[in-house]
Amino acid sequence: MNPKTANKIATGVLYGTAGTIVLILAALLGYIIVTGLPHISWHFLTSPSKAFTAGGGIGIQLFNSFYLLVLTLLISFPIALGAGIYLNEYAPKNALTSLIRTAIEILSSLPSVVVGLFGFLIFVVQFGFGFSILSGAFSLTFFNLPLLTRSIEEALAAVPETQREGGLALGLSRWETVIYIILPAALPSILTGVILSAGRIFGEAAALIYTAGQSAPALDFANWNPFDISSPLNPMRPAETLAVHIWKINSEGIMPDAKAVSSGASAVLVIAVLLFNLSARYIGRRLFKKLTAAD
Amino acid sequence: MFINPTSQHQHNDNTAWLDRNIVAPAATAETPVVLETKGMHVYYGGNEALYEGDLQFLEHQITALIGPSGSGKSTFLRSLNRMNDNVAKVTGQILYRGVDVNQPDIDVYEMRRRIGMVFQRPNPFAKSIYENIVFALRRRGMTDKKQLDEIVETSLKQAAIWEEVKDKLDQSALALSGGQQQRLCIARALAVKPDILLLDEPASALDPVSTSQLENTLLKLKASYTIIIVTHNMQQAARISDYTAFFNLGRVLEYDETSRIFTSPKVQLTNNYVAGDFG
Repeated sequence: MNPKTANKIATGVLYGTAGTIVLILAALLGYIIVTGLPHISWHFLTSPSKAFTAGGGIGIQLFNSFYLLVLTLLISFPIALGAGIYLNEYAPKNALTSLIRTAIEILSSLPSVVVGLFGFLIFVVQFGFGFSILSGAFSLTFFNLPLLTRSIEEALAAVPETQREGGLALGLSRWETVIYIILPAALPSILTGVILSAGRIFGEAAALIYTAGQSAPALDFANWNPFDISSPLNPMRPAETLAVHIWKINSEGIMPDAKAVSSGASAVLVIAVLLFNLSARYIGRRLFKKLTAAD
Repeated sequence: MFINPTSQHQHNDNTAWLDRNIVAPAATAETPVVLETKGMHVYYGGNEALYEGDLQFLEHQITALIGPSGSGKSTFLRSLNRMNDNVAKVTGQILYRGVDVNQPDIDVYEMRRRIGMVFQRPNPFAKSIYENIVFALRRRGMTDKKQLDEIVETSLKQAAIWEEVKDKLDQSALALSGGQQQRLCIARALAVKPDILLLDEPASALDPVSTSQLENTLLKLKASYTIIIVTHNMQQAARISDYTAFFNLGRVLEYDETSRIFTSPKVQLTNNYVAGDFG
């Protein structure tokens, strides 16, 4: 076979495999959105769910998902940032840091249901947080931390070494160089990493079933006192999220319109994750352009 | 590249090319010695990469460090303001105006401010042109806007880039061309008012026009700064420097006035190198 034919065949095969993957994904996405979209209405997005009768919405679950996401990021981002800075800027190359890296890798490949059961034993039972947003947020932190740390470390590593030298050569300390030169330069890709991890948190169910719970008590959206049990801000209340809701309806839902609610909720979830990913690209690109003035 | 010192010494007796010729430049009242290395050795891991780099540098002169790749000239340069602190072990003395700066109790940040450095690849920060210049000053507590503006203008003028950027100081430095970026980096180094300027092949990533602009800038800067420049470009060394040191296999083989290095070098290897016969 001459190189030209070989190249043609290889190109064909590669196009074929890539095309198959795109087709499968597009079909899945299309199916979810086409079957779910007709059920989405303002009423569906804002009203509470119903256990036995038709016409329930996903309002509380949707709010819970976002609230849990914000709390999880508030806890995990500072830790991941510190760990990422340490690993990339300060950590010497020795046995200890390679052990840390291995530990992070293992943690990132932990099945999320295991993370959930771990969270159940530690936060729900041992610490007595009960089925609560707080237990869920801590469990999701365990779920999110390895990947976020990794992406921040990679974002910092992508900043050329010459930038660090430039800072040091001006008589700046390493800390000043990292905080005022390296971090701003890495900001666009750090932000992209955070938003992408937000998509993963938003769609996570298995880690939450035993931690944030499977019930969504009625909320009083006029009550913003975080210590009140009916307040949406109360972190100690049980909070079923959108993804958990979908799982629950499909396994034990007894409302007459269970299928419609499940389809609608799935479409909302997929669209939300899609929006996260698209905005990650958009914001990352905008920030990069603003920093480099490449336009 | 690493050299095993013991094998070098075995050759020492019968290899004539290891003869060295280091002529200390004549220091006078007008041109005193600002920087001097004594018995400096640089170790990477257990290997000695550079040794016996005893050199003196005179005030307001340009000294060029030349030699083949891996000859230790960049390592030598980067050791002078202790940029190698974390990658290598440097022993011996580095005397800056009589003070040994190669000691743990020296304020290395203050020392680096006085011994500034410009790198091979332009490395402006991902900030505006203005911020690139004032950034280090702000970190040192200078907040007076008028004073900062003044320093921005003077340093950009000194680096001969003011005319090109004066209308776009708030634009990103990354949007400048390579040559402009490199002159901006020089301006940035000048803004903190250094005494010595170390340049590590500053023109190697630039086109000929930018290179010649850079060289003119350096010749002007010579009036107020002591400049040490590593270069692979023989013509560049000949055009701009007053003194030239020839490095080979981690040691200085010859150090003399540039005109003598290029016309009548004492060491055969220097002659071969400047004539383009090896390297």
